Amino acid sequence: MLPHLNFAESNLDFLGKRKITITVSLILILISVALLATRGLNFGIDFTGGTLVEVGYPEAVELDPIRETLAEGGFAGAQVQTFGTSRDVLIRLPPSEDDDDPATLSNRVLNALQDGGPDDPDLRRVEFVGPAVGEELREQGGLAMIYALAGILIYVAVRFEWRFSIGAVFALIYDVVITLGIFSLLQLEFDLGVLAAVLAVIGYSLNDTIVVYDRIRENFRILRKKGTEEVMNIAVNKTLARTIITSTTTLLVLFALAFLGGAALQNFSIALIIGVIVGTYSSIFIAATAALLLGVDRQVLLPVKKEGAEEDQTP
Amino acid sequence: MRNSYPAWLYALIVVVILGAGLYAAPNLFPEDPSVQIGNPTTGEIDQNIRELMGTILGAQGVTPHTVEEQDDGQILLRFETTDEQSTAAEILRNALDDNHTVALNMAPATPRWLRAINGQPMALGLDLRGGVHFLMEVDLDAVIGTAMERYSNELRGRLREERISFDTVERGSRDLTVMFESEADREAAEGWLQRQYREELVWESRGSGDTSRLVATLDDDHLTELRRQALQQNISTLRSRVDELGVAEPIIAQQGENRIVVQLPGVQDTARAKEVLGATATLEFRLVSESGDAQEADETGRAPSGTRLYYERDGTPVLLQRQVMLTGDYITDASSGIAQDTGGPAVFINLDGQGARIFSRVTSDNVGRLMATVFIETSTETVEEDGEQVMRTSRSEEVINVARINEPLGRRFQISGLDSSREARNLALLLRAGALAAPMSIVEERTVGPSLGQENIDRGMQSVVIGFIAVMIFMVLYYRVFGVIANVALALNLIFIVSVLSMLQATLTLPGIAGIVLTVGMAVDANVLILERIREELRNGLSPQAAIASGYDRAFTTIADANVTTLIAALVLFLFGTGPIKGFAITLSIGIIASMFTAIMVTRAIVNLTYGRQRRLNRLAI
Repeated sequence: MLPHLNFAESNLDFLGKRKITITVSLILILISVALLATRGLNFGIDFTGGTLVEVGYPEAVELDPIRETLAEGGFAGAQVQTFGTSRDVLIRLPPSEDDDDPATLSNRVLNALQDGGPDDPDLRRVEFVGPAVGEELREQGGLAMIYALAGILIYVAVRFEWRFSIGAVFALIYDVVITLGIFSLLQLEFDLGVLAAVLAVIGYSLNDTIVVYDRIRENFRILRKKGTEEVMNIAVNKTLARTIITSTTTLLVLFALAFLGGAALQNFSIALIIGVIVGTYSSIFIAATAALLLGVDRQVLLPVKKEGAEEDQTP
Repeated sequence: MRNSYPAWLYALIVVVILGAGLYAAPNLFPEDPSVQIGNPTTGEIDQNIRELMGTILGAQGVTPHTVEEQDDGQILLRFETTDEQSTAAEILRNALDDNHTVALNMAPATPRWLRAINGQPMALGLDLRGGVHFLMEVDLDAVIGTAMERYSNELRGRLREERISFDTVERGSRDLTVMFESEADREAAEGWLQRQYREELVWESRGSGDTSRLVATLDDDHLTELRRQALQQNISTLRSRVDELGVAEPIIAQQGENRIVVQLPGVQDTARAKEVLGATATLEFRLVSESGDAQEADETGRAPSGTRLYYERDGTPVLLQRQVMLTGDYITDASSGIAQDTGGPAVFINLDGQGARIFSRVTSDNVGRLMATVFIETSTETVEEDGEQVMRTSRSEEVINVARINEPLGRRFQISGLDSSREARNLALLLRAGALAAPMSIVEERTVGPSLGQENIDRGMQSVVIGFIAVMIFMVLYYRVFGVIANVALALNLIFIVSVLSMLQATLTLPGIAGIVLTVGMAVDANVLILERIREELRNGLSPQAAIASGYDRAFTTIADANVTTLIAALVLFLFGTGPIKGFAITLSIGIIASMFTAIMVTRAIVNLTYGRQRRLNRLAI
């Protein structure tokens, strides 16, 4: 049996340390934005357009001879890397300027490899994305995200209060920016799967944030004698055990995917792992703090019904 | 204080769970590698072909374990292994004639009683099962040019018939111009033209004296209609071409305003698929001009009026008449074979009634003259010009055969002069399947070999299962008896997602698996919220029974709020996303609803049944 986590009485002072957490968070955001602005994301062919050819060899192969063979074959700018195992090779070709038909392109790549290499590879998969399609995907992905954030803003504003919804959306933007920043730092490939993962992170982190807000609202109702900061601190502490356990179980599944799911799921699971960790951080350190800074207090959530209610507040 | 649900609620929960189990069940049965044989022309397979198939396959030692009749007249042969399947398909392709299609198929082995209640397994996306996915962009602006061509031909004839005097009709790329000798002539014609083409063309007068002309552009509504028709025709043409290829369960659907998605599960030969889908080949028959000198026209680059300069495949220039004798639109059927006279590859062509009438008239008027068959192929590609994406259509027209008309030709005739029997086969197929109304280009293509697909599924599923088991072990260690109950909910949650996806016949893709993983995380979360709440209430000194009731009640609003917000995000993604994003959103939405039901109602029912009746409950194993 595992020992029980219990932070209900611990009263860790999350909000008292808000100067530190906010400074750290802002610095992280600035670093991420700077990374995205300078290094950018390593977009996969889903977004840039181009051709991807995956071939499988019967034996482990060296990449350098393959690179040479391709260069001789006139495939400019071909990126070659192993994919999952040393027998599987992934070749990326940028969108071609000349009138290349993608079908013949992949066939020509295969022919070049078969003529020039020691072993005969077999063609596993070919993906070709036209440049226009890639551009549209970028736009659509971005738009879908913006609409989702707008929908969340409205719902949280209706169920809670507008300050909460801005806090929640700020926490979400933080998650997305940091996750993208890490992808930019490590230059991991950003493809459609990763986009789906980032969307999932929004969902997950939102879930976390709402749980904390819900507790804050409840505490305002129950703890009539306590000040705003204290109420929020208690809420974060009381939900802390649940936040940590849920992250742990989700990460268990994700680590299984990342280590055992094969190369196809790798980037996707890494994005989710980063996102869950960042999302957990933001729901503990950012969501409540943002609401506090925006001026959330008992007044805001529970409008005063009678004159004497003011006396309930401890200075 | 007791915890119990009314009896009908228990009954409802049991019924829902059983239903979910029933519709998730088809996914447990493996698929049989099968070969599907059809005959698109007649729609049924006759008896002697069946016997023939039996004997050939038996002789080669690949006997199907079952043979099924399908509703659409096709026959399904199920095999034990994929090796047997591909061997059998190879044998049958060689043995059967052009009229039969042989397609590889993974046929679900769902038992009959499940199929009777519409139980079907989930469809697997191409990234999981192998196959080809194309996204085609249709160049809808090309319909303007085609329409202008048609109108200008029609106008020349009709203006003559109506005895309206005009000078020439000239076709531009987006408009057409009728030239007149004088303004008087123009005014005389204008009224008639306006009346005749009121819905279709917009006329504008320009110039004066001998430059008097009327310029026509397409009416906006009419253009919209033409575009819609062109897209529909392209889709139906693609359908018939895919049928010719013999692909099991293809998907051909419109996406957005001018795109068509084509998914061909199990197709390996992408080059062939592309040739057939993207090519727009048609034929024209024109008379060889007797007046001009082709050699001279080639050198000067100017063809005498009424003629056009063409080239044969070996580069020989040839002058043909501008007037087309017959276009490929009248062709109803075409098959490939060997020409009797030359022994080379040939295409045998059938015309419809109207085409046959036209053709016999023009050929009997011109017996003894030379007729050329022009092979027209259009290909489109997207190129970048000054940073702009432009669709460029290139049209190659070559004369594949020049032959003397020895006798009037009618409904059936043959064309020879093709390079290879493969070309003959392709041309016959394209002529059979009809023409594309507008040229298309492939803007996205994804191919997954079946081995990779299998590997993807196996590894992906394996990792999900292992992750699951890890979570379950953790829950039991941490929450003991309540952890076991939460695990039941988790397992049910998975069954729910699978059953709803199967009922909707949704397609499971990798992003879909992502949605499932996330949902599992959230389903666990709902349980964790409830259990942590119960513990908290116990610490606050409530009795176990009261703690259970209050824990569930208090966690409920939190879970509802958190899940509804995520559901909103999922719905928005579904509305605005495409393809993979949509798939992810569907799975996520189903998962959220399922986890609300399982985590709250099902666990509560189990808890009630376990603890609810005990009058003196002192401790909870939580």
